[in-house]
Amino acid sequence: MTEPMLKASSLTKRFGGLLAVNDVSLSLYKDQLHAVIGPNGAGKTTLTHLLSGDIPASSGELWLKGQAVTGWPHHRLSLQGLGRSYQKTNVFLPLTVWENLMLAAQAKDALAPFNPLSWFIRADRNLSVVERAERALQLSGLVASKNKTAAILSHGIQRQLEIAMVLATAPDVLLLDEPLAGMGAAEAETMVALLQSLKKDHAMLLVEHDMDAVFALADVLTVMVNGTVIASGTPEAIRSDAKVQAAYLGETTP
Amino acid sequence: MSTPQGHLETLPRSVQILLGLGLIALLAFPFAGQDFYTQMVTRMMILAIFAMSLDLLQGITGLVSLGHAAYFGVAGYVLAFLSPADAGASWLTSLPLAVLASALLALTIGFFVVRTQGIYFIMVTMAFAQMVYFLFFDNKALGGSDGLYVNVRPAALGLDFENKLVMYFFTLACLVLTYAFLRRLLWSPFGRTLNGIRLNEHRTQALGYASFSYKLTAFTLAGALAGLAGYLWAAQSGYVNPELMGFHMSAHAIMMVILGGMGNVAGALIGAFGFELFLHFFKDLPKVGEFDLGKHWQLWMGSLIVLVVVVAPQGLMGMLRPRSSHND
Repeated sequence: MTEPMLKASSLTKRFGGLLAVNDVSLSLYKDQLHAVIGPNGAGKTTLTHLLSGDIPASSGELWLKGQAVTGWPHHRLSLQGLGRSYQKTNVFLPLTVWENLMLAAQAKDALAPFNPLSWFIRADRNLSVVERAERALQLSGLVASKNKTAAILSHGIQRQLEIAMVLATAPDVLLLDEPLAGMGAAEAETMVALLQSLKKDHAMLLVEHDMDAVFALADVLTVMVNGTVIASGTPEAIRSDAKVQAAYLGETTP
Repeated sequence: MSTPQGHLETLPRSVQILLGLGLIALLAFPFAGQDFYTQMVTRMMILAIFAMSLDLLQGITGLVSLGHAAYFGVAGYVLAFLSPADAGASWLTSLPLAVLASALLALTIGFFVVRTQGIYFIMVTMAFAQMVYFLFFDNKALGGSDGLYVNVRPAALGLDFENKLVMYFFTLACLVLTYAFLRRLLWSPFGRTLNGIRLNEHRTQALGYASFSYKLTAFTLAGALAGLAGYLWAAQSGYVNPELMGFHMSAHAIMMVILGGMGNVAGALIGAFGFELFLHFFKDLPKVGEFDLGKHWQLWMGSLIVLVVVVAPQGLMGMLRPRSSHND
C-alpha cells in the first residue's frame, strides 16, 4: 500500500459539552476520492475544518505527506499542499474571477510580506503564477467568466470558482465541502465531471449530500452519524450495510 | 455592514489628469505665491503624506486606526531630541532615525493590535496612541504639555530647511516618492494580498497567506511613513507638542482619507488638500450677528464629512469615477 497523502488519527472535537467529531481516523490516497456522508449535524463540516486546520482539534493527530502537522494553522497546511473549498461560497466577491485566481495562485511562491521585493514587483508579471491561475481557469471551465466580477456570477459558477481557487494553489490534497450544494441538475453534472477529472493526481475528500454524485465518484465511503464513523468501505459494501441503511440511506433515497 | 468594495485602486483618467495638473501647480506655486502660502502648502503636503500612510491601513488593508498620529508625533519628537540647541541636525541621520523610531513603535504596538478586528482594532489603536500621548504630556523630561522646540532646522548636502523653498521642494519630493511607492505597492504581490485581507481575511488564510504577518508589515510601513510626515512637520514648524500625536490629529487623518476616497492613495492625497482647504475656508467664515461662524468650523466640517459619506461614499475622488465601469 502506498503512503497516504493525508492521514488523520483519532480526531476529536468538543464544543463545550457537544462531541462534534468523535475519534475519527481516515487516510486519503492519491488518485482516490474518499466521500464522507451522513445526515445533517453528523460533524462532516467540522471534520473538514479539523483536517484543513480551520479550527484546532481537541485531540488526535494529523499527517500530511508523511509529515506530522498536528496543530498547524491552515495557511501553513495550505502552503504544504492541502487545499479546501467551503460549503458556503467563500470567494472574493468584489474581485473578478481572474483576480480571485491570481490571488490564490500567488500564495504558493509568495515572498515574505516584510521582504521589500514583494512591495515593488508587479504581481501580474510572475509567469509561474499566471500559468497556475490560467490552468485553474481552464480546468474548471471558467474561461468565459474570466473577467466577470464574482459577485454577479450565478451560484453554480461561484461554486466552480470556489473549486478553481483551490486548484490555483496547486494542492496535492483536496478537501471539498459540499461542492454541489444548491446547484441545479445541469450545473451539478458539470461539477461531477470536473471532480471526476480531478481524481487523477489528487487525493480527495468529498463531503456531499447528493447521493447520485457520491456513488458516481467515490472510491471509498465513510458514513458519520452524530460525530462518529459508523461504517467505512467501498460503495458496494456501504450500500449493503444494514446500520447505514437504518441510519441514513433509507431516509433519503427512494 | 455593507460588503467591502473592490477595485478601489483603479484611477479613472480624469483623476490621473487632475493629479498631473496638481503636480505642475505644486511645482510652480512657490514662485507665484507669498511666503505665508508657501508654508501653508508645505503643511498640506506633509498632511497628505500622513493621510496616504493611513490609507495603506484604512483603505487598502481595511484596518481603521484611530491612533495613527502616535507615529506621526514620535518622529517629530525624535528630531527635537536630536537637534542641538544652537545648530541644525543633519537630516541625513535624523530623518532615517526618526522614521525608524516610528516604525519600531508601530511594529511594537502593531504586534498587539493587528490580532484584533473591526471595532476592537479601532479602540486598541486609540488606547495605545493615548498612552503615547500622555507619556509625553506628563513628562517634563519629554517636553511635557508645552512640547519642545527645534531651534535650528535640519540641513545636509547643501539643503538647509531654514530656507522655505528648500523645505517646500524637499517635502514635495517626499510627497511624490511616497505616492509612487504606495501606488507601486498596490499592484505588488504584497499589495494584492492586503487587498484580499480587506475583502475576505479568512479566505486569504485558507489560500496560504499568514495574514498576521501581512497586517503587521502594513502597520509598520504605515507607521514609518507617518513618521516621515511627522519629521517634516517638526522640521517645518520648528516645534513639537503632544497634540501632534493626539486624538484630533488621528481623527483628522481618517476624515481626510474618507473625504478623498479610500483605497487608492490618490484619494487620500486629494482628501488631505481638500480637508485643509475646507478647514481654512470654514475658519475664515465671518460673524453673523452674535454668532461667529468661523469659530464653529468643526460644525461645518463635520456636516461636510457626513454629506460626503452620504452622497459620495467613495469620496471626492469617487465623484470623478464613472459608475460601474468594471462589469463589462
